[in-house]
Amino acid sequence: MPDRKHAPEIVDAVNFKLQLKHAEKFVLKNGVEVYAVDAGAEEVLAVEWVFSAGNWFEEQNLVAATTNFLLRNGTSKKTAFQINEYFEYYGAYLNRACYNETATITLHCLSKHIKELLPSVRELIVDSVMPQEELDIYQQNMKQRLKVNLKKSDFVASRLIDVYLYGESHPYGKYSKLEDFDTLNKEQLLDFYKKYYQQGKLVLFVAGKLPADIASLLDQYFGDLPNQPVALQEIMAQPAADRKYRITNDEAGVQGSVRMARSFPNRHHPDFMKVMVLNTLLGGFFGSRLMSNIREEKGYTYGIHSFIQNHIHDTAWMISTEAGKDVCEATIEEVYKEMKLLREQVVDEEELLLVRNYMMGGILGDLDGPFQIMGRWKNIVLNNLTEQYFYDSIHTIKTISAEELQFLAQKYLQPEAFYELVVV
Amino acid sequence: MIQFERFTLANGLRVIVHQDLSTPMAVMNIMYDVGARDEDPEQTGFAHLFEHLMFGGSVNVPSYDEPLQMAGGENNAYTTNDLTNYYIQLPAENLETAFWLESDRMLSLAFSDKSLDVQRKVVCEEFKEHYLTKPYGDVWHKMRELAYKKHPYRWMTIGKELSHIENAKLDDVKNFFFKHYRPVNAVLVVAGNVTVERVKELAEKWFGDIPAGEKYNRSLPVEPEQTQERFLEIKANVPLDALYKCWHMGSRMDGSYYAVDLMTDILSGGGSSRLYQSLVKEQKLFSNIECHHFGSTDAGLVAVEGKLVKGVKMEDAEKAVEKELEKMKNEKVAEAELQKVKNKTESMIAFEDMSVMSRANSLAYYETLGDAAWMNFELQKYAKVTTEDILEQSRRIFRRENCSTIHYLSQN
Repeated sequence: MPDRKHAPEIVDAVNFKLQLKHAEKFVLKNGVEVYAVDAGAEEVLAVEWVFSAGNWFEEQNLVAATTNFLLRNGTSKKTAFQINEYFEYYGAYLNRACYNETATITLHCLSKHIKELLPSVRELIVDSVMPQEELDIYQQNMKQRLKVNLKKSDFVASRLIDVYLYGESHPYGKYSKLEDFDTLNKEQLLDFYKKYYQQGKLVLFVAGKLPADIASLLDQYFGDLPNQPVALQEIMAQPAADRKYRITNDEAGVQGSVRMARSFPNRHHPDFMKVMVLNTLLGGFFGSRLMSNIREEKGYTYGIHSFIQNHIHDTAWMISTEAGKDVCEATIEEVYKEMKLLREQVVDEEELLLVRNYMMGGILGDLDGPFQIMGRWKNIVLNNLTEQYFYDSIHTIKTISAEELQFLAQKYLQPEAFYELVVV
Repeated sequence: MIQFERFTLANGLRVIVHQDLSTPMAVMNIMYDVGARDEDPEQTGFAHLFEHLMFGGSVNVPSYDEPLQMAGGENNAYTTNDLTNYYIQLPAENLETAFWLESDRMLSLAFSDKSLDVQRKVVCEEFKEHYLTKPYGDVWHKMRELAYKKHPYRWMTIGKELSHIENAKLDDVKNFFFKHYRPVNAVLVVAGNVTVERVKELAEKWFGDIPAGEKYNRSLPVEPEQTQERFLEIKANVPLDALYKCWHMGSRMDGSYYAVDLMTDILSGGGSSRLYQSLVKEQKLFSNIECHHFGSTDAGLVAVEGKLVKGVKMEDAEKAVEKELEKMKNEKVAEAELQKVKNKTESMIAFEDMSVMSRANSLAYYETLGDAAWMNFELQKYAKVTTEDILEQSRRIFRRENCSTIHYLSQN
């Protein structure tokens, strides 16, 4: 009979020596930097083209996102249908996404097809024409989608909390309104495309089972792009003066979307990686204080999480949950109680070890696979950090003391610094 | 080819070991052969509520999550209409922690009133979050009731109504556990940086003494063939009109499954798929439209759903959908079109198989269906599908009398 009362011996994950697999860096003829991770057992790979073409650079709402969306909707030689059919025939996934500072094109495919696909991606970067009809369909359908989303309290809450934190004119705070779609025109998009894609600044990431000649392939198709530097304008956040908001979006709603957030510095601040540990303790995993109390003890919600928003510039520390309409206020109260506990009492060593082990185990699991490793590298490169950042983070997780965590809680987890919002 | 070894403990627990030494992690996946279809019609939502209770402590281990997190592990679970699956990923050095935790909760849960009380509330909030507060959130409840008259697929895994969950009693929970959560009704997969010898040793040690339990023999009511088209109109506070149509298809084990799967891919699922190109891009009748099937073990449904462009008449939109489906019934698809969706499937399987967790889950799934080795023959089965097969399945499925339709209309 096994001894079921006692846990088997474990190796504390905190003792693991974690290594970030090295990314090979090379530079194309035109100065485009490429980060390559050759790893994995399956015959697949991913390529990501990262342009400095996020909404930070647009002069009017939605221009960056719309340009990014329409990249694959027509070139001078192919219709949107033909482009899609081509990539789909090879079983490839071609995606694009627009963020605040960057906008990307991502290709996932079987390694054996990469040579057929790269020229077609090049075509999108040098020869997209943004057909008027495609823009019309996009405007119509996105407006319809927005109308549906505006019925959802979580969607509305996530937009509003960003407005309070950054202001409506900041890239992190602005959001799309129905009328913004109507003012978009083709010329604006083509201008943006020319400046930030055709001639814009590019960084490349590749990962997976890479062909031996990947460097020369990339040079062949992307080594002649202008790759001109683009200036990133400084835009200051304009946080709201009022801190507390209660909004009714749907009279018949049975749940409220609760958001609590405060501004927070970016990854270059010395507190950042330490606060990642404090955040995990507060609401960063299933065993966190917030989950244990508000879900597992009180049953107010299906889930409650805290996190630092993934921004390159100054960011925010956020707590987010959907809770029963009648327990939203009680939920907020409990969050403040948990903050108070962290300010007033030192976390005990057992719980701290749990958090350390959980985080280390998570990173170990997260480094498993070429795309995950690539993700880490992308994070480092785009945030202008070095490889050392990874090892410093690990060191912080292993060594931060309970007293330091309490000090950070006292510094940051002050109720008066938090915006509160409930949208029902 | 995914390599694995398989053995069965004396109590009937099937164990599969899949070694992958390229990862520092180990994965434990336990699949119980019980889903929402096995519920009493008066106690729906039980399999899923039960999944929550599995984290409320077991007979010898008061907390499930804490020791696992201490060992650097993560876990989660999901429930479908067909099965319930629990999975753990942790550093391979700490594999025994997973055996300790999972075997104790298979032995017996703690059955605490407090845990039941809290999880009832949590599940009710989940119900509200996903099905009540979202626009169109109730449509699949309604569609299942319309399409199924006898088979328990007529309710969702979350349950038919909140009251079934609110009224759950501890005795019901116990009965459910000892009926379904027994070694004979489970498949255990251990994958990653592990050896067969070590897994054998640990499986004997931790699971070997759990009483076998009785094999659950499923005898569910068979859904009678639908002979007349069915229709429901819903008016609600939503911004756009939406069209939902479903047709009965064969079961997962039916030979037609692969052709039907590819058929839905031809219709939808990419920028060059038929419904999207014709109805969204060319005719501009829908702002989005999708076709998919439920992938269920027993005879399932093929569904088409789409939101209409404001101002378009439902009648016109529906006619246009039917016209596309008629084409599928009248003309064979082009060889290149079929090849395209086969290539997509090949690539999808390759991406799925990148993760040890996903491989472990697939092995458990196919073993529960009948044989883990089937996992390695899926691609061949897709490759065999011909344009004639697609034509035949389109004709068999897209029949008026086999169809249930919901018009979900905006009140505004």
